[in-house]
Amino acid sequence: MSDLPTTAVAPVSSAAVGDYVQILKPRVMSLVVFTGVVGLVMAPGHIHPFIAAVAILCIAVGAGASGAINMWYDRDIDRVMRRTASRPLPAGRMLPGEALGFGCVLAVGSVAVMGIAVNWVAAELLALTIAFYVFVYTMWLKRRTPQNIVIGGAAGALPPLIGWAAVTGDIAWGAIALFAIIFFWTPPHFWALSLYKADEYAAAGIPMLPVVAGKRETKRQMLLYTLVLWPVTAAPWLLGIAGMLYAVGAGALSLMFTVASVRVCRDEGERSARQMFAFSLAYLALIFMLLLVDHAAMAPIGGGAR
Amino acid sequence: MADDPRDARLRTVRARNRALLLVLIGLVALFYALTFVRMGGH
Repeated sequence: MSDLPTTAVAPVSSAAVGDYVQILKPRVMSLVVFTGVVGLVMAPGHIHPFIAAVAILCIAVGAGASGAINMWYDRDIDRVMRRTASRPLPAGRMLPGEALGFGCVLAVGSVAVMGIAVNWVAAELLALTIAFYVFVYTMWLKRRTPQNIVIGGAAGALPPLIGWAAVTGDIAWGAIALFAIIFFWTPPHFWALSLYKADEYAAAGIPMLPVVAGKRETKRQMLLYTLVLWPVTAAPWLLGIAGMLYAVGAGALSLMFTVASVRVCRDEGERSARQMFAFSLAYLALIFMLLLVDHAAMAPIGGGAR
Repeated sequence: MADDPRDARLRTVRARNRALLLVLIGLVALFYALTFVRMGGH
């Protein structure tokens, strides 16, 4: 038997359907879809319900594509971090080429369908979102600067603009206000997580703010961002695309977010940071939910006027 | 009754193929419906 020639065996994938779903980052996708839907609903004008559904599908698939390519690129550091070690690539269930190919096909497909079925402004914004997340955040900023999630957060903030553009074919101040809410929410959200995962980020060599500048400075900057969110979340009301119901609700939520941040500043342990991370998810979802509820409440009176 | 790795792999591949088939059928249905919506004067 030992005389038989040895041949190279191609690696075999054992990825199941669930692994393909997992690399699309469904939890991130759900938030992206929700904010995209709000952008679509808040935009003035009319869109055929089927075309609207296609636009949302494209946003979801585009977000999933970004996630898949991100997992392909970050498979080395995902192996180091406990939080990500069980993902299909670091766990060895999926081959890197599979994830990259899957992500690229979905990225190109989602942009093409958005362009053909909806409009090319929305398609260009979707392409920009995917490219920004993959090239600017994942490949450039993530491993180089503690400002990675500040600048990279723009990718996660773009979906409401895509939803808005799907209806109107352009970008308006109202859409930019929705973008700004997510953009300024992203740093305190991710820094709350990185406060209690700092050792894992350090082990993986990712220069998150608590790793590079320390926890005290991170907490100070988190508090500043929660304060900036006060006027930013008031912008939809000031611009007239949301009413008093939203303004009061957003003010109350921003107050709670700031209080959570103050607690983090005063607490030396991890508990308050964990609580703030959990609340930050609820905060963004509730802000956008308020926009929807307020919009529905305004619709019979305002007739969609903005 | 230990699960044969080859059987397990076959099942995984079959499930993947079925999922791919569903995606392809979904895409055909999507473009079919899109054509009607677009031709409807949207």
